[in-house]
Amino acid sequence: MATMQIDAALPRTGAAERPVWRVWRAIRSNKKAATGAVILLLFVVWSVIPGQIAHENPLAFAYGRSLGPSATHLLGTTASGQDIFAQLIWGARETLIIAFVSGVLSTLLSMIMGIGAAYLGGWWDHGLNLITDILLVIPTFPLLIVIIAYYPNSSLIPLVGVLVVTGYSYGARQLRAEALSLRSRDFLEAARVRGERRLYIIFVEMIPSMTSLIMAVFLGTASYNVIAAASLQWIGFGDPNSQSWGTMLYWAQTGEALQTGQYLWAIGPGVCIALLSAAFALLNYAFDEIGNPALQRVSRRRSRYAAPWRTRAQRVR
Amino acid sequence: MRYALHRLGFFAVTLWACLTLNFVLPRMMPGNPILDMMAKYKGHVTVQALQAIEVAFGIDTHASLFAQYWQYLGNTFTGNFGISLTQSEPVSQVIAGAVWWTVGLIGVTTVLGFILGTLIGIVGAWRRGGWLDGLLPPVFVVLSSIPFFWIGMLRILAVSKFMPTFPTSGAYAYGATPGLNWPFIADVLQHALLPGLAILITSIGGWILVMRNTMVTVLAEDYVRMARAKGIPGWRIMLDYAARNAMLPNLSGFAMSLGFVLSGAILVEYLFNYQGVGYYLLLGVVNQDYALVQALFLLITVGVLVALLAADVLTAIIDPRTRTGA
Repeated sequence: MATMQIDAALPRTGAAERPVWRVWRAIRSNKKAATGAVILLLFVVWSVIPGQIAHENPLAFAYGRSLGPSATHLLGTTASGQDIFAQLIWGARETLIIAFVSGVLSTLLSMIMGIGAAYLGGWWDHGLNLITDILLVIPTFPLLIVIIAYYPNSSLIPLVGVLVVTGYSYGARQLRAEALSLRSRDFLEAARVRGERRLYIIFVEMIPSMTSLIMAVFLGTASYNVIAAASLQWIGFGDPNSQSWGTMLYWAQTGEALQTGQYLWAIGPGVCIALLSAAFALLNYAFDEIGNPALQRVSRRRSRYAAPWRTRAQRVR
Repeated sequence: MRYALHRLGFFAVTLWACLTLNFVLPRMMPGNPILDMMAKYKGHVTVQALQAIEVAFGIDTHASLFAQYWQYLGNTFTGNFGISLTQSEPVSQVIAGAVWWTVGLIGVTTVLGFILGTLIGIVGAWRRGGWLDGLLPPVFVVLSSIPFFWIGMLRILAVSKFMPTFPTSGAYAYGATPGLNWPFIADVLQHALLPGLAILITSIGGWILVMRNTMVTVLAEDYVRMARAKGIPGWRIMLDYAARNAMLPNLSGFAMSLGFVLSGAILVEYLFNYQGVGYYLLLGVVNQDYALVQALFLLITVGVLVALLAADVLTAIIDPRTRTGA
C-alpha cells in the first residue's frame, strides 16, 4: 500500500509547472473535466449576474398562478404566482455559496487536521487522527439533522458550520496518508537539513506538492455538500424564505407540484442540483484520472503495444 | 489479535463519543430547545411524561452535570430512552417497531448494491473498453450524483401516472395486519420495491467506479501477467487473482459510503412514508421530540458500527495480512 502511494505522488512533485497551468491543461485535455468546468462556469455566471438573465423578480407573488411555460414566463409560475425561471436563476447564488464556502472551509480543516497530524507525529498524530476517525464513522447526515434540529430557526451559518465540521474527516484522512508518504522524501529532508522552519516546510514545500489531492478533496466535499444542503432544505430544515434550489424544492413539494402537473417547478431545481453536484464530481474523477496514470484511457491501437498479452487473449476468446 | 482488540477499542471510543455528543448537544445549544419543546407539549401529554423529559435533559434539577451524565449513561445501557412525546409510548417501543423495516429495506439494498456494483466493476475492468465498460460506469456515475430524493420523486410521478394502483407510501397497506402469510409478504415486497430501487440505483455507481478503478490498477500487476503466462483460465484470474485483491479497498470504502447510503435512505423513507428509523428521526426533529431523536441517532450509529465490524471481519477473511497483524 505504501509503495502505491509513493508511485502516485511521483508525477506531481516532478512537474515544475505552476499549478494553475496544470489545472488548465488538465481541464482542456480531459473530456470529463471540460464538461464539469463548463457546467460550473455557467452556474457561476448565473449567480454573478442573475438580474441580467432573468428580468422578473423571483420573490414577487405578482403573476398568474400555476401558469404553463410561455414567452413571458419561460418555465411558468408557481402555485403562489412566482416566476419559476427567475427563481431558478436567482437560486444559483445561495447554492453556490454553500458549496464553495463549506467546501473551502472543510478542505482547510482537512489540511490542518490531516497534514498537521502527519507532520507533528507522535501524540499529536494519535489525538488528531482519533478525532478524525470518529467523525468519519459517525454517520454525517443524521448528525447534521440532529444538530440542525436543535437550532430553532436555522440560517445559513449553522448549516455551513455543521457541513464543515461533519464533512472534513474523509479529506483529512486522505491528506494525512499522502503527507505521511511525503514526509520521508528527499526534498523535505533537504529542507529540514537546510534548517527551514516547520511552517515554511509545511506551507512552501509540502502543500504545493499535494495540490492535486487537495483539489480532489475540495471537489469531493463540495459535490457532497451541494446535495446534503439541498436535502436539508428540501425537508424544510432551511430558511423557507431563502432563495436556493433546495428551498424551491421544498415549496414545490409542499405545493404538490408533481401531483398537480407542474413538473417544471420540481424538475427545474432538481436538475440544477444534480448538474452542479455532477459538475464537481466530474472534475473530481478527471483529476483522479490525471493523478493516477493507470486509469487514463488507452486507445485501442496504443494498448496493443502496451499490453500485447491482453489483446491476444481477447482474440482467442 | 492485537489488531482486532485495537479495532474493538476504537469502536468503543466512537460509541462513547456518540453518547457524549448526544448528551452535550441539547445542553449547549442556544435558546434551550428543550424548554421550547416542553412549552409546546404542556397540556398535551401527561405530567409524568414531562417530568421524565425534565430529568432526561437536566432541566430544573440540582444534580450536577456529572451526576446527570452518569444517570444518562445508565439509562441508555438499560434501554430506558424515555417517552416519545409524539407517539405517546416509550421510545424503545417506537424503535422496536421501526428498526426491522429499516434493516430489511436498507440492509438488503445496500448489500445488493455492493455485490452488483462490485460485479459490474470487475467485469467492466476485465473487458476494459468493451460495451459494458463504456456504458455502465458513466451512466451510474451520473445517476449517483443525482440526489436520492430526486429519483424517488420522479419514480412516484411515473408510477402515479402509469400504474396508479401501485403503492408509493408506507411499508404495508393501510389496515393490513402484519403476519407471516403470503398476501402480507407480497404487500410488503410491493411497498419496498420503489424505495429499494431508489436506494439501489443511486448507491450502485460508487461501488462500480471504485471497483473498476482498483481492478484496472491490479490487472496491471506482475502477478496477473504471471498467471496469464502460466495459462490459468481467464475467469479464475479475474476472480481469484485480480478481484480478490481489488476488493480490499472497496470493502474499506464500504465504511465511508455507508454514511452516504444512510443519508439517502433517511430521505427515501421520508419520501415514501416508510415507517423506518429515518422516517421517525425526521418526524421527531420536525415535532421537537428530542428523546426520540437522541435514541434514533444512537441507534443509527450503532448500526453503522456493526456494519463496519462486519466489513472488518470480511477483510480479515479475504486478506491474510490483516490476520497476522502486519
